[in-house]
Amino acid sequence: MSTLAAVAALRATETGRAERLTTVRHTHLDDGPFVLVPLTLAGEACAPLAALAGTDRERPTLLTVRQPRDRAERFRFAERLAALLLPYIDQCRTAETETYTVGRGAEKEERRRLLRAPQLLVPGGEGIAYVRLLGRLTRLRAVEGPYAVDPSVPALGKWLTWFADRAEFTGSCLLQALTRLLSAHWATGQSPAEDSHLASLLAWIDPPDGLTGAQAAREAEDPLRFPPAGPATDVVFDQTLHDLMSRYDEAANGRGREAVGRQIDRELRGQMLPTWELVWRGVDLLRELPEGRHVAERWAYDRRLFSEYAAYLDEDGRPQARRDHAVGAARRLARMEEAMARYDAERAFDDPLVMAEYELSGEAFTGLVVARDEDRFAPGTRPGSMVWRPTITVRSELPVRLTAGKEVKCPARPGQKAEIVEVVPDCEGHTVVIQLNGGFNRVRKPPAPPGTLAEIGETVTYTSVDPKSMPSVLPAEEDTPWTHGGPPKPYEPTAEDAEEIWE
Amino acid sequence: MPPQHPVDLPDSRLAALRGPRPPQPYTARKITALTANPACSRRAVLDAVGIDKALLAQRMGYEPRFGQSPFALAREQAFEALVKWGGYAELIRLLREQLGIPVEEAGVTDLNEVGGDTSLARRVKETRGLLTRLASGSDERLILDRPLLTLEVAGQTAYLAPQALTHRVGGKFYVAEIRSFPAIDGQANPTAVAQTAKQAAVSVLALHRTFEELNLDPEQIAHEFLLICPKDFSNRPYGRLVDLRQELDALRFQLTRLRRADDLALALPPSATLDTDRDVDELDSSVGALDASYTPDCLSFCEMARYCRDEATTCASPTRLGGTVRNTLPGVDSTRTTLAYLDGVHAPGPAEAAAIDRLRAAERLRRLRRGGAA
Ligand code: SF4
Repeated sequence: MSTLAAVAALRATETGRAERLTTVRHTHLDDGPFVLVPLTLAGEACAPLAALAGTDRERPTLLTVRQPRDRAERFRFAERLAALLLPYIDQCRTAETETYTVGRGAEKEERRRLLRAPQLLVPGGEGIAYVRLLGRLTRLRAVEGPYAVDPSVPALGKWLTWFADRAEFTGSCLLQALTRLLSAHWATGQSPAEDSHLASLLAWIDPPDGLTGAQAAREAEDPLRFPPAGPATDVVFDQTLHDLMSRYDEAANGRGREAVGRQIDRELRGQMLPTWELVWRGVDLLRELPEGRHVAERWAYDRRLFSEYAAYLDEDGRPQARRDHAVGAARRLARMEEAMARYDAERAFDDPLVMAEYELSGEAFTGLVVARDEDRFAPGTRPGSMVWRPTITVRSELPVRLTAGKEVKCPARPGQKAEIVEVVPDCEGHTVVIQLNGGFNRVRKPPAPPGTLAEIGETVTYTSVDPKSMPSVLPAEEDTPWTHGGPPKPYEPTAEDAEEIWE
Repeated sequence: MPPQHPVDLPDSRLAALRGPRPPQPYTARKITALTANPACSRRAVLDAVGIDKALLAQRMGYEPRFGQSPFALAREQAFEALVKWGGYAELIRLLREQLGIPVEEAGVTDLNEVGGDTSLARRVKETRGLLTRLASGSDERLILDRPLLTLEVAGQTAYLAPQALTHRVGGKFYVAEIRSFPAIDGQANPTAVAQTAKQAAVSVLALHRTFEELNLDPEQIAHEFLLICPKDFSNRPYGRLVDLRQELDALRFQLTRLRRADDLALALPPSATLDTDRDVDELDSSVGALDASYTPDCLSFCEMARYCRDEATTCASPTRLGGTVRNTLPGVDSTRTTLAYLDGVHAPGPAEAAAIDRLRAAERLRRLRRGGAA
């Protein structure tokens, strides 16, 4: 956590309300996200118990498993979830497409991507783990043979696995946990562990009238009013459920059984409904924030990956391997680090409150333009040549820790290359001379086109952070050197993968 | 090695604090929780006194939220039964796979009872007898099912029963723990594994103490244990050896510290009581007189957590906000004081000045850059 976030948390303890950490929303929120509130049976490895799911806030679909120890029932649950989620994904797949360009220069290529992508929202981080596990449980199932499942089950599994894989990349919005989204935008006066509880987190952000966030958060801990957001259930509720399930198993006839079954459904719905509503309330709160500038660009990348995976499923369709091979894992790790660095930089560019953290650490500064030299020429690379290099002089009241020679960028003119020429400290701050190396709409001599050169009196921010810094180049998988075991063999599903021993 | 039997503990003081109720025995769970918050004197004393902490918390108006789901319980029992089913076939298979030894011919002694006698004393005696025989070089292949070991903790005897203990394999005895959380594609939930490792360390330590008391060579005890859990989504048992050296060190340290719980208790006023049948106010002032060291982690393992959290909130302890906020406030022990410094109501002392300056700079930037953010 940053120092600014710590200050925000301290202030929250005083004001009794969560404090904003950002001025904008840094995540894409789809107009029609698919919300999934799952519950699993305690003690089992991913035995789905129930879910509320769908895109219609007013009418969630209730899925329940009245006897989760029964393997067939588990896969019926998966089938029913697939019947909800796959059509939603298919809707996105039939959306319009747009053209985009990859690479530059000679390697430039035009491709198409879908204008829509699915967005899956779960209440908390545990929900993401659940999606991963359910994906693992279902994607390797065989559709023929002794334990055959409906073809929609492995299809669901592949998509869920894909969602869970993407969720590991910072900035991807395909699968998101509400608690994580909300705590990225607000600081509460409680600990991060308590923030992972959706009800108390929302209590801090938006306490009911007459209560402080702290008071409301305490009340939100009551499992009777706010059952756990899942997928783990409340222990006391489990006792009730256990009794009902025993009655269900022992029911004398079909009618009695159905009656108990309906009661089980009611109880499960009662456990999930408060969470369902909290998720949507969280969505409302996030929607109220204006969207950050880079959000659409990141979502476009998500849409591109979605289009690619959909195409892959049509062409090849083999499920993801049980485990990543070593080469894949290394590449993945590198990509994850890059995604994180890019996301951090983009957020800072989109949001002065996030940039403030870099100002505090000395990687950025903000000040007033006090002078500019529009007619300045400097020696170019060719001997005797002179190139147009105007400068601006910025007064910052805070100390500037960047030094001469450093390349910097300004969020207001992200396309403009700049470099620090001189930093002069005085008793009340720092004066920085910045040379501009381009970004004048290809103009090579004064005057600068309007808006491309900061005016005197303008407030500007410069930073060494750069969202456009080039990603490291990794060799293609096919080119993995033999010292690293050569190109990895593609995953082939085996009979063993589909086989599980059920007792 | 410190003395094994701190028999001359002034137990009367602890007993007086406890009141007429019998002491709660130490369980593996309680002992492992000791290492979760090593700095907490409150918990150390409450445990040494043998108080029912859940009851105490409840009496003081803070119902603890722990318990086991009937589903989880049933699953655990079913899985353990499966591992031991058919003459312990699965357990023996895993021992063979993981420890690489020919144990087809292994016999098993069930120590859940001794000739129909389930008393603790009898089981401990039988376990010790078998250990002496096996450790002194007898070449029998024998797995002990639920051997019963003892460990002196703050003057009390804790009884611990690991699910299985193998006969010397490559010269070493191994503890086996059976758990019902799955290992999916060879990976189990790290928190669950860590928890099990702590519990296994308690058994291994108890084994060490037993060996020392029996004058056997403790070098024969492995510092790894065999973790057995279901493979993937099935019931098929999967096994893996887990190193315990770190857990053992932490535990040894905690136990030496616990022996001083009686000293900590001496700091209480003579009128103090922890007797759960007494008045809430009395309990409150006695518990309040014991130094706590609340962190948000307490919520996940200590029955007293919600009580301690309220106390930490009342005295504005920065730790209740979590370690990261705490770390930005070196030297400051109250969030209220910090805010007073930030608002210029008080001037920080030289020890806090640097941290406060940084926070002030952060707050100033926060104000300047918030723009439209309310
Ligand atoms: S909850 Fe209280 S008694 Fe328990 S470990 Fe934490 S501080 Fe100590």
